[in-house]
Amino acid sequence: MLGVLRSKVAFRANHAWGLEQGLRAIASRAFSSSTKETMTVRDALNSALDEEMSADPKVFVMGEEVGEYQGAYKITKGLLDKYGPERVLDTPITEAGFAGIGVGSAYYGLKPVVEFMTFNFSMQAIDHIINSAAKSNYMSAGQISVPIVFRGPNGAAAGVGAQHSQCYAAWFSAIPGLKVLTPYSSEDARGLLKAAIRDPDPVVFLENELLYGESFPVSAEVLDSSFCLPIGKAKIEREGKDVTITAFSKMVGYALQAADILAKDGISAEVINLRSIRPLDRAAINASVRKTNRLVTVEEGFPQHGVGAEICASVLEDSFEYLDAAVERISGADVPMPYAANLERMAVPQVEDIVRAAKRTCYRSAALAATA
Amino acid sequence: MGSWFARSRSIPYLLKRNISFLHANSSCKTLPPYKSPHGFRERPPASILSFRRLESAMVGKQAQAVAYTDDDGESQSIEFPGGRVGFTTQMEFISEATDKRVPCYRVLDDDGFPIAGTRFDQLDEETAVRMYKSMVSLQIMDTIFYEAQRQGRLSFYLTSTGEEAINIATAAALSPDDIILPQYREPGILLWRGFSIEEFASQCFGTKDGHGKGRQMPIHYGSKDLNFITVSSPIATQLPQAAGVAYSLKMDGKEACAVAFTGDGGTSEGDFHAAMNFAAVMEAPVLFICRNNGWAISTPVSEQFRSDGVVVKGQAYGIRSIRVDGNDALAVYSAIRAARMMVVREQKPVLVEALTYRVGHHSTSDDSTKYRSVKEIEQWKRSRNPMTRFRNWVQANGWWSDQEEAELRGTLRNQVLKAIQVAEKAEKPCLGDLFSDVYDKLPSNLQQQEKSLRQTITRHKQDFPPDVPL
Repeated sequence: MLGVLRSKVAFRANHAWGLEQGLRAIASRAFSSSTKETMTVRDALNSALDEEMSADPKVFVMGEEVGEYQGAYKITKGLLDKYGPERVLDTPITEAGFAGIGVGSAYYGLKPVVEFMTFNFSMQAIDHIINSAAKSNYMSAGQISVPIVFRGPNGAAAGVGAQHSQCYAAWFSAIPGLKVLTPYSSEDARGLLKAAIRDPDPVVFLENELLYGESFPVSAEVLDSSFCLPIGKAKIEREGKDVTITAFSKMVGYALQAADILAKDGISAEVINLRSIRPLDRAAINASVRKTNRLVTVEEGFPQHGVGAEICASVLEDSFEYLDAAVERISGADVPMPYAANLERMAVPQVEDIVRAAKRTCYRSAALAATA
Repeated sequence: MGSWFARSRSIPYLLKRNISFLHANSSCKTLPPYKSPHGFRERPPASILSFRRLESAMVGKQAQAVAYTDDDGESQSIEFPGGRVGFTTQMEFISEATDKRVPCYRVLDDDGFPIAGTRFDQLDEETAVRMYKSMVSLQIMDTIFYEAQRQGRLSFYLTSTGEEAINIATAAALSPDDIILPQYREPGILLWRGFSIEEFASQCFGTKDGHGKGRQMPIHYGSKDLNFITVSSPIATQLPQAAGVAYSLKMDGKEACAVAFTGDGGTSEGDFHAAMNFAAVMEAPVLFICRNNGWAISTPVSEQFRSDGVVVKGQAYGIRSIRVDGNDALAVYSAIRAARMMVVREQKPVLVEALTYRVGHHSTSDDSTKYRSVKEIEQWKRSRNPMTRFRNWVQANGWWSDQEEAELRGTLRNQVLKAIQVAEKAEKPCLGDLFSDVYDKLPSNLQQQEKSLRQTITRHKQDFPPDVPL
């Protein structure tokens, strides 16, 4: 309950407010909040697509199985019936092909939403994403803009092995010209997908398969069809004063769980849901670190050149004097994802890893525990 | 598209339609009538094979269980996903090559005289002269810019020598509303549409006057106003993008098409396959033009593919195709006009393979005498020159003279030289152009970086290069 109220306050993008002020603000507005509506991330994405397609006839959806099959993960359910085959295109199996076609149609003024069945398959189209979509506006001196959205599940699922489990946030976020978004909750999913579709720049929208079925509370504001979240702004999911934990996508849930465990040990953790990896909300991260003086970055992806590395660099550059401890990076193991369930568990960050890292930054554990 | 498939459902039906072609002369006496929906020709050898298949099917009739007979009651056929197909008891492989290669549509002979009995779209004097003058402009621009690179004044250049006819005749045959997705050997189209020599020079030298704000290496031209999408270095990426552009045009209901170029080498890329397949399935109005000039840098076509060139690949995707003599300006003009008409009216893709020869090196980074004989290059340059052939035809019509030729060449040469001199000395783009257009709006991190850079410049003026305007 408290978490829900906090998230409403944070949505106002003013994370410096204390809980008391937040409560007063809520009480002063007439919220019909007697029944807490919840929505799955899947429905959030589906409704966002539906509303944006309805509002702008130039928006269309393209990908494998998005039409007749209702979407490999049912994200595009019902869209074919509602908008017809000209706006919901089932494509042949060629990521390079349909990414190229999407970019071409965006060159000429349509607004494609291209679905990759998972972002692992986006590697077969990566030339179109980087060399054509990301760089075109710059290389054509502003003559060719590419208002395209590439979306799909990213990162580890459960028991799908190495070629289906890689996280691409760090790779795509290295490219100037792209925007990279990583929603966590249903509110994130709705707001960020709408923002992505409306944005004139190419956006890589990294979802998470395991989050599709999770339900989150949504306010009336979130359900409104004009709802939109700003790109490049992180969200303080939970306020704290002892250690900052940054996370994105599924790891936000783990970080929140870790924060609960830490609270019992008297450590108040501030959890930042990054929401946007490029542009990264360096201001929010640094402001938080200046408050707590300790940082743990969490991500599912490979450790080298990961998102955590960039956050560490940013904090070192801007808030070096404020750090009371070395930054801890929690990431996936530096191995291709194994299949066996026990090994897979060892290769992905778990809540306990985050808890131990936070404790290390607070000098609560004797030595660096031998984590996986 | 549905009706096309219905006709090709069964082999005897195909045969019926082919009978008229079985004994047809394979010379190019008949221009495919582009107004009729049956404006394409089947290749005679294929129908000979299907004739044999029908015979054996009839022989084996009694022995085979009959699944269906089609409406004509003519043969046995079976229903599979994808449609009905006739069956045969003879195991016959389709040959990997046909006895004769697909013939090449041609109008002018080697000396520039129209071949007897040939049909083509007649050009009026104004268009013909304009075409010839544009070809000369392209040739002179190429020669002088290439020399400039060799002198160290340009970092890179790429010529279209030997392919002037393809460049200009295609441009003349298309409408200015058609969106061009070039590979890189098609600057003639920009020239035709009004891109000035000065603009070419500005782009190559990366000056502030170039439309490109100094972002691209030379020859990567682009112009939104002239419907010419910026040249992109990775090969064949423009092909599926063309299908996407065509799809947008189709949604808009515009009477225009997307025109995508590639070379023989580009057809090996995965994107070629995806684009052809997709365009056919989506029924996108794309005109695919393949400039088969025999060489992909040092790779000859014999090492690029084992098919009969690129034209035969059209049928593999369900796309109509034609092979044309790319060094014959009139043939290219007529064929492209016909193809474009089909694309726009029937809203489906068409493939044109223009056979030609890459007389120049691949680019200034290449010396092609290392992998091909100088004799071969000279032969194409002298006796198979597309410009000479067209010039002979234009002059034979009394529309051009040697004196006008000398005058034109002199004027153009001076114009190009002057353009290079001006561009060389022109101001380069300003500092702000380093940061703009990465995104639609300048993001805060780049604003900060620009601010910090300008502060550094103020503090350390002596280290700042003098040719970067603030």
